[in-house]
Amino acid sequence: MIQLKNISKHFGKLKALDGVTTICEKSECIALIGPNGCGKTTLIKTILGMVVPDSGSITFNGENILKHWQYRDQIGYMPQMGRYPDNMTIGQVLGMMKDIRGKSEGLDEDLIKAFSVQNLLNKRMGTLSGGTIQKVSAALAFLFNPSVLILDEPTAGLDPVASELFKEKILAEKDKGKLVLITSHILSDLDDLVTRIIYMQEGKLVFHKSIEELRQDTGEERLVKSIAQVMISNYE
Amino acid sequence: MNKIIKYVITDILRNKIVLIYTVFLLAASFSVFSLEDNSSKGLLSLLNIILIVVPLVSIIFSTIYMYNSAEFIELLVSQPLKRNTIWLSLFTGLASSLSIAFLIGAGIPVLIYQANLVGFTMILTGVLLSIIFAAIAFLATVQTRDKAKGIGAAIMLWLYFSLLFDGLVLFILFQFADYPMENAMIGLSALNPIDLSRILILLQLDVSAMMGYTGAVFKDFFGASNGLIFSFFVLLSWIVIPVWYSTLKFNSKDL
Amino acid sequence: MRYFFFIFFTLLYCSTSAANIYVGAKRSHRTISSALNEAKSGDTIFVDAGLYREKNLIINKSIVLKGVGSPVLDGEKKYEIISITADGAVVDGFKLIHSGISSLEDLSGIKVYDSRNVVIRNNILEDTFFGIYIQNGINCSIENNTLKATGVEEQQSGNGIHCWKGDSLRVIGNQISGHRDGIYFEFVKNSVIWRNVSKNNLRYGLHFMFSNDDMYVNNVFRNNGSGVSVMYSNRIKMFSNYFEENWGDAAHGILLKEISDGFMEGNYFKRNTSGIYMEGANRIYMKRNVFENNGWALKIQASCMDVVLELNNFIGNTFDVGTNGSLVLNRFNNNYWDKYDGYDLDKDKIGDIPYRPVSMYSMIVEKYPPAMILFRSFITSLLDKTEKLIPSLTPENLKDTAPMMKRAF
Repeated sequence: MIQLKNISKHFGKLKALDGVTTICEKSECIALIGPNGCGKTTLIKTILGMVVPDSGSITFNGENILKHWQYRDQIGYMPQMGRYPDNMTIGQVLGMMKDIRGKSEGLDEDLIKAFSVQNLLNKRMGTLSGGTIQKVSAALAFLFNPSVLILDEPTAGLDPVASELFKEKILAEKDKGKLVLITSHILSDLDDLVTRIIYMQEGKLVFHKSIEELRQDTGEERLVKSIAQVMISNYE
Repeated sequence: MNKIIKYVITDILRNKIVLIYTVFLLAASFSVFSLEDNSSKGLLSLLNIILIVVPLVSIIFSTIYMYNSAEFIELLVSQPLKRNTIWLSLFTGLASSLSIAFLIGAGIPVLIYQANLVGFTMILTGVLLSIIFAAIAFLATVQTRDKAKGIGAAIMLWLYFSLLFDGLVLFILFQFADYPMENAMIGLSALNPIDLSRILILLQLDVSAMMGYTGAVFKDFFGASNGLIFSFFVLLSWIVIPVWYSTLKFNSKDL
Repeated sequence: MRYFFFIFFTLLYCSTSAANIYVGAKRSHRTISSALNEAKSGDTIFVDAGLYREKNLIINKSIVLKGVGSPVLDGEKKYEIISITADGAVVDGFKLIHSGISSLEDLSGIKVYDSRNVVIRNNILEDTFFGIYIQNGINCSIENNTLKATGVEEQQSGNGIHCWKGDSLRVIGNQISGHRDGIYFEFVKNSVIWRNVSKNNLRYGLHFMFSNDDMYVNNVFRNNGSGVSVMYSNRIKMFSNYFEENWGDAAHGILLKEISDGFMEGNYFKRNTSGIYMEGANRIYMKRNVFENNGWALKIQASCMDVVLELNNFIGNTFDVGTNGSLVLNRFNNNYWDKYDGYDLDKDKIGDIPYRPVSMYSMIVEKYPPAMILFRSFITSLLDKTEKLIPSLTPENLKDTAPMMKRAF
């Protein structure tokens, strides 16, 4: 579904991405993992077209995304830290997004209901707590039934209840045949969620394995431990 | 495109700073008109407001707004939208909000006290300056990610256009006092939208002095329809060129 | 006996001098020339409406030539239409068109040669080279005439009312436009110019040289090429005249050059490039004049002495006073300046600190005229403010020590 070929990106002297090649298929939930500054967020941004790679190509459903924008219609993105114009209400943000996507029917409002966002429609974005903004971001990512979901540190600001609801939603969507890309530091959150792992370090893709393969390789049941092992071995 | 503009305008018009700006303009304009016993003196005070405060507020507010909207812009970019559309919508929204604030704050008092050619020229140039300095702010924000640097650049640009440039012109004038400088002056004035606006207002306000020999050269040029079209065209290019260049930059910018 | 003489002379006068002669298509005289030939001094010639082409009419007797219903005298662009060489002649109620144009002679609509007591009134002159020309006249009146020329170049155009050498002339209630100079006075003394409107003339609305002891009152001079010029004359009085919209580098509401002992009161200067331009003027007293919306209200060169300005109003001028030097031998007192921002703590309606009407920027513009383009910019305001605190360029003594807080009248 999404195919990356030899993607490289420099920011000044820093090599953010170094020859990344991989394929992400649908009905998968892929976790992007790696230490801080390893290039996870940059990778996501290249897929979303926010960062233009120096070399390499990305195809989405077989089409090169360079200079295209329509393909983003099929992506729901939840940023690491959402910020919206202070003086817009939640209702207006939702309305604007509906306007932009040109869709007002067949919407997936599960998360809006689950997070009780509809009770806050008249609140201005500037007055909201970080967690509530995350809820709005999450709800927006799922709202238009996209076939790909890209979630950058989605559970960071959510309370445990919301976090749990959110994970259920991700699983449900994956089962519907969607591709879900998640970056997270909280590995325990990912445990029963992800089917594949992409591990990155210093801009390089170290491995892309299914969770079963990883378990076999490391001999650890729990994701946290297997990843810890990988990290330690890579540090040396 | 309209979708985003609409929301940007509603957002900015509720912004505290814009509200304060509008109220300040209202208070200042009403007080200059009602305090001065002749209203042409009021126009003069208003001229200073238009030439100094409007560019300052426009460029600083636009710069800060753009930096504060960085994440929002990222979100928009992740949506199925062309980058051109996003950038131009933001610009249109910002420029029209600032223009609306100016029209309410200064336009209404001018229409009440000075509904004549001078008044209309002032309103028009005030609106144009609001838009031009929003455009210049866009240029500044697209060049650097660093908010402090960007705001610093905006302040420097304002200082340059409202003070340093004129000092430079005066210096050139003194250095080349022995040469006929009238046409060069017209050319130079095109390089600064504030100067150009000031001259357009001056031709209405100080018509008697501008009719002196040198003044007559300016009057012949700026007062004739060709000159007016030229000035208007130059002011428009002060909007179009920064917006066009910043759009180009934004299109290939990494967010 | 005295009564007898009175009656005798009255009868004599009636019987010998009061003949009326009529000219017209149905009258005994078809042409004015033939009537003029027949007329004796003291007669009155009445001319019916109609078109008369009579080349040059010469009035050499003291008769009254009166038009009834505005008869038209056509000079066919070749001739001087009426020449007067007799004392006491009157020309009244004609329309004179198309005089000749010559660069050698000053061909005119009506020209008076060396005569006294001539009256020219209620005439309309259109497209004449010179309009009404008094050459060496004494005690003549020019009243209620309308002069309209359509000159484009100064060389091709003569003056409206031209007086060369004269005494006790009266120029009253005339309307003059489109000539070279509206009214021209040279070597004319003890005369009055009253209630005239002189506008849209190519050069000066009023041109005034070597003429002493004259007075002009209640005239309007508007939109003339170079305004009004009064030069080389003494003891001139000017009351309640309007000087308006004279625009251009060399245009002034009024130019005063080498004038002594003048008196100006109640005049109104509005929208001129400079209201008054003074050069070599001595002992001029200006009181209760209004200067409004001029580029420079007053340009006073350093060559002026003992000029006194009192109780004048300066309102909405771009620059109040301009000068070219630092020597100031003139006095400003109790004027109202709308740019004055001083205070009046003792409430005597007079500002407590002096007003300096010469701004630094007006000095700069005087030296570098293109600097006008920077006027009212931030930097020039800064310069002006600094100059107010530490005067360096502007003349120290040019100040109004007792400026009025409110309009002087």
